[in-house]
Formats: sequence, C-alpha cells, structure tokens
Amino acid sequence: MEIIVCVKHVPETAEAEIAIDSSGKGIKTEDLVFDINEWDDYAVEEAVLIKEKLGGRVTIVTVGSEDADKTLRKCLAKGADRAIRLTDKAFDGSDAYATAKILYGVIKDLPFDLILTGTQAGDDGYAQVGVILAGFLGIPHATMVKKIELMEGFTRVNRELEGGLEQVMEVGTPALLAVQTGINEPRYVSIMGIRKARQKELKVLGLNDLGLKEEEVGESGSWITVEEMFIPPVEKEAEILVGGLDAISSKIVETLRARGLI
Amino acid sequence: MEFELTEEQEDIKNAAREFAEKEFTAELGRKIDEKYEFPWMLYRKAAKLGFIGGSLPEEHGGQGLGCIEDCIVAEEFNRVDSTCAHLLSGIGFAALVPKFGTEEQNKKYVPRICKGEIVCAMALTEPNHGSDAGMVGLETTAVKDRNEWVINGAKTYITCGEEAEFVMVCCQTDPNAQPPYRGVSMIIVEKGTKGFDTNSLKPKLGFRGAPQAELSFDNVRIPLGNLLGQENRGFHQIMSYFDFSRIPIAAGAIGIAQGAYESSLKYSTQREQFFQPIANFQVTQFKIAEMATKIETARLLTYKAAWLVENKPEQRRLVTKISSMAKAYAAKISKEVTDEAIQIHGGVGYVDSDIERHYRDTRINDIIEGTGEIQKYIVARECYREIGFSV
Ligand SMILES: Cc1cc2nc3c(=O)[nH]c(=O)nc-3n(C[C@H](O)[C@H](O)[C@H](O)COP(=O)(O)OP(=O)(O)OC[C@H]3O[C@@H](n4cnc5c(N)ncnc54)[C@H](O)[C@@H]3O)c2cc1C
Repeated sequence: MEIIVCVKHVPETAEAEIAIDSSGKGIKTEDLVFDINEWDDYAVEEAVLIKEKLGGRVTIVTVGSEDADKTLRKCLAKGADRAIRLTDKAFDGSDAYATAKILYGVIKDLPFDLILTGTQAGDDGYAQVGVILAGFLGIPHATMVKKIELMEGFTRVNRELEGGLEQVMEVGTPALLAVQTGINEPRYVSIMGIRKARQKELKVLGLNDLGLKEEEVGESGSWITVEEMFIPPVEKEAEILVGGLDAISSKIVETLRARGLI
Repeated sequence: MEFELTEEQEDIKNAAREFAEKEFTAELGRKIDEKYEFPWMLYRKAAKLGFIGGSLPEEHGGQGLGCIEDCIVAEEFNRVDSTCAHLLSGIGFAALVPKFGTEEQNKKYVPRICKGEIVCAMALTEPNHGSDAGMVGLETTAVKDRNEWVINGAKTYITCGEEAEFVMVCCQTDPNAQPPYRGVSMIIVEKGTKGFDTNSLKPKLGFRGAPQAELSFDNVRIPLGNLLGQENRGFHQIMSYFDFSRIPIAAGAIGIAQGAYESSLKYSTQREQFFQPIANFQVTQFKIAEMATKIETARLLTYKAAWLVENKPEQRRLVTKISSMAKAYAAKISKEVTDEAIQIHGGVGYVDSDIERHYRDTRINDIIEGTGEIQKYIVARECYREIGFSV
C-alpha cells in the first residue's frame, strides 16, 4: 500500500489569546504554539494503522515553511516513512485552490493507492484542499470519513453527517479520503519513534522542482482573497428572568418565538 | 555558546509534554495523593513510549539517551502534575545496574525495567544513619558464608522498597575498614527472599505516589553473585552515581516550580480585587518577576550540570560541584516558588486546589539524595579544594 498524507502545521488557537496582525488580514502568530492540524493527526494515524496491517509506505506532504519540520518530524516519529516539505516564497498567500495545485505538483509524480487528508484545517477552516486535489488528480474522493475498509479495487467508507447520521459508500481506488476526528485514537510520540525518525528522509522541494509557474501559486494563483480579519466584539447584554419556573419557561419560549428562533 | 536544545531534544520535550498533558489529569494526581499509591498504570504507559529508562543502554532495552534528556522528561512531567510524575521514582536507581552490574544482572533486570514490568529500589539510609550513611559505618551487615552472603539489619525511607522486584542494599561487608566507607558493598536482594521483610511508611506530607518502606533483614541468604559492582566499593559507587542522578531531581523541582508559576501568572490576570485584576498590583508583578528569575536561574544551573555530565565527564570534580549546586538551589527555589504561588492564589491556593499538592510534593527535593545542607558541604569542599585548602 502506498499512502500519501497531506498535513498542515497550524497554530493552536482554541485556548490562546488571539490578536489581529498589522495587515488586518491575519493573526499574530509570534506567541502561538504550532503543531500538526488536529484532523491531520487522525489521518496520519489511520495511514500508519493501514500500513501496520497491510505493509507499504506512508509519505507525508506539507506546504509550509521550515517551521513545519516540527510537524513532519512528529509524523515520522509516529511511523510515517518519509516526508516532503514544499517551500517557496512564491507559495505565500495561497488559498485552498493554489495549495491543492502545489500539492498536485508533487503528488502527480508519486505512486499512491490512497491519499488521506484531514477534513479541514483548524486555522482557516476551508475544508477544500483535499477535494480540489482529488479534482486535479482526477480521482474520486469522500469527506468527513469516520471509518475506512479497504477492498480489492475500492474502499468502503463511513461518512459522518449532521445529526448523528452515518452514510456508507464505496469509492473506487485510488481515492482521496478527507478524514474526520475520532476515526481512531492518535498515538503518542514515543522516544523510540523520535530516534527512528532521524534516519528517515525529509525532502524539501520548491516552485521549480514542481514545474509550476509563479502566477499559478500564491495570491496570483488563488481564487479567493482575504478582505479582513477581525474579532467580533463580545456582547455583554443579558436579561435575567425572575419568577417561578412556569413564568420563566414561558418567557423563554416567548422570546425565542419573537425572534423567529423556534 | 549555545543555549538551545537540539532538534531531537526539542522533539522529546514536546512528546513528554503532550503525553503528560493528556494523561496527568489533576483528578488522577489527587487520587494518587489520597491513596498513597505508586501509579503503575502511568508507569507502564510511560515505559511503552520510552520515557522510562531513557538513559539506560539500548542493548538492554533503554533508549541510550543522556542526562539532558532525563532532565527534559523530569521537568515536563513535573510541570504538568507533580504527583503523577512520581511514576519516575520507580526507576530511581536503575542506572546503577548498567553502570556497575554484570552482563547477567543487566540481562535479568534492565529490559524488564525498560518495559515497565518492574520497579527497583536502592537502600542506603538506616534508622541511625541518614546524612552520614556509609561514611561512619553501616549497621546493616553482610557476611560471607561459603557461597552466600548473610545479611542482617534494617533500612528505612526506602522509595518503592515494598514494590521493588529487587533492592540494591548497601551493607557493611568489611567491619574493620578504615575509613568505614571502604568496607561498604551493594548487594541485590530480590523480593520474597526469606528473612527479608518490608513495612510501608505513612502518613507523609507529599511525594505520595512514591511510597517508602522500612526494610528488615534477618539472616537473609543471598548468592555471592548478587554483589553489584565491586566488593567494598559500594559507597564509592553510590556517590559517583549521585553526582549525576541528582540532576534530574533538580529538573523535576524546576518543573513543579514552572507549573506553579504558570498557574499563578494566569490566575493573577483573572482574579479581580479592588475592581481590577490582582496582576495590576506591583506587589504581584514583583512576585511573578522573582519567581520567573529563580526558575530561570535554577534551570540554567541544572542544564549546565547535565551538559557537563555529557560533555565533560572527565572533569569529575566540576560535575560534582555544579550538580550539587543545581540540586540544592532548584530544591530551594521550588519550595519558595510554590509557596509564593499559594500566596498569589490566596484561599484558593490553600484549600481544595492542586497548588497545595504541588507545594507539598516539592518539599522532598530538599531532603532526598542528600539534604540541601549536605549539598552545600559538597559545594564548599570543592570550592576550597580549588585553592588547595581542605575542609
Ligand atoms: C520520602 C523519602 C524518600 C527517600 N528515599 C530513599 C531511598 O530510596 N533510599 C535511601 O537510601 N534513602 C532514602 N531516603 C532517605 C534520605 O536520603 C534521608 O532522609 C536523607 O539523606 C537525610 O537523612 P536523615 O533523614 O537521616 O536526616 P539526618 O541525616 O538525621 O539530618 C537531619 C538534619 O540535620 C542536617 N545535618 C545532618 N548532618 C549534618 C551536618 N554534618 N552538618 C549540618 N547539618 C547536618 C540535615 O541536613 C538535616 O537537616 C528517603 C527519604 C525520604 C524522606
């Protein structure tokens, strides 16, 4: 089994203090801790589990700066076999489309039976890179994947839908599967893994290596431009309801109805 | 001059932090503290990931890492929860085996420690001999009788003494040696050996995930081959071992201080009194500045000591001096920083919080493997020696 996993090195923003940077289009990242995108961690685990069962090789690909090596080394320590970092000044400002194009630039020449990505990235939340990449490669895809069963020539996957619904479908392989959190339990990095990772290949490629032109990537190759980034003001207005249980509950229903919420 | 960890050390730090942040919950820490239990489950999990036996040799199942990596793991574990981190006491003295043991002893014990199957203990302290243990003669004796040692005596405060699969017992094997420490040997006594008994010790202030026991030896017969290292060189062995083993203890104390400092920093921005966060008061700011400075100073000293062990092992006297400085200083500031953390938290720090547990847990660092006072003797001895004066 040849498995490629696309990962992203992202800032942990869930519990951090976020501030907008001077451009007004991004956030200040100096004080943030970066790590592998949460969804991608599950994708890597799934790939390593499949490899441990069926044999083969897991290749990690990322578009990012040198800092992303921390995430790549983590993937290698968890059992991936080699890593490729795609780095170029020209890649800055790429949207999901341009990012998928950069990934396509390298993946088109690699052997693969399966490509795994996370369903979305925790920082920009586009949830599009995997899907667009599948489009470039002309292979089928499935998103929000919660379970993967590999068969001869196809894979049976469970997709997690809203409302606790699951959908089972068959996807012809090679395919791209965008993995949902909870599909497995990502392992911890072990010291043994860290030591082994040092012997594994970590390759860096740029624009020219991928045969891409400058205008195809970065802002010029993107379809989306960010206008503004801001933190919505916290509204402190609250109405305290007093009285008996019945009076309070009918007041709540009344308010929700008045606002068209129920 | 470099003040940075290598990439591999950085990865180990991240791995240790991530493991601890997910596994070392405050609830678990409180439970261990209440029950006085060695955290076997955490110990096994940590072993599986290579955090146990990081510095034990690779050929026996360890990771072959060094003192710096041991410090990183000790610091990160203790930063997250000082009580869960007591899992590290299970391997406390295991490195004595590869350092002094035979191939057979190594094969028998070290791989099982690295796998987290067993813990071990080292027994030097006796009811009548603590700081002077070994120096003035031990009351626990081992006498050769044909092909066996016969051990009699008692030890106390032995960490994991009851849980240990084997105990490395310091015995007086030559009662006439002058000075007496030239007649001390280490002998391996296995759990369940006839005449060897244990009695667990409690209550105690903190350090409750690392249980202590009294050991008694009543005509305990042990094969001669269980001698660890050389006959009558036991005291020398243990002292040379302490030279580097006290460095991760310092790192653990720093980790506890770091955790308490981080909680205090955050809490001071959230707690409002007199209509403002207490962080606005200069008194609080100065406390924070003092805490941060003490931690940074202790950390520099401790990692310098670990670096010396790895890079200048031939400068034995310097290693001894700096590692004693680091242990004494880190233990001292860890007490001070956790104390100040309680102060910053006010009532919340004292009642029903984890800060008070960390405060209790760090107290031991100034007593084990040589009290703060004994460390200062060592430092002073080396300082005077440098100008050719003997104290
Ligand atoms: C929780 C815990 C775990 C332990 N684990 C182990 C273990 O696994 N194995 C083991 O062998 N031992 C262990 N010990 C024992 C520990 O090493 C001793 O407690 C320590 O060395 C101090 O000895 P002591 O308690 O007899 O105190 P004492 O030596 O009686 O010291 C009492 C006080 O006098 C001071 N003092 C002593 N001599 C001098 C001097 N010459 N000048 C000035 N001041 C002096 C000391 O610094 C101390 O403040 C443990 C102890 C505890 C509490």
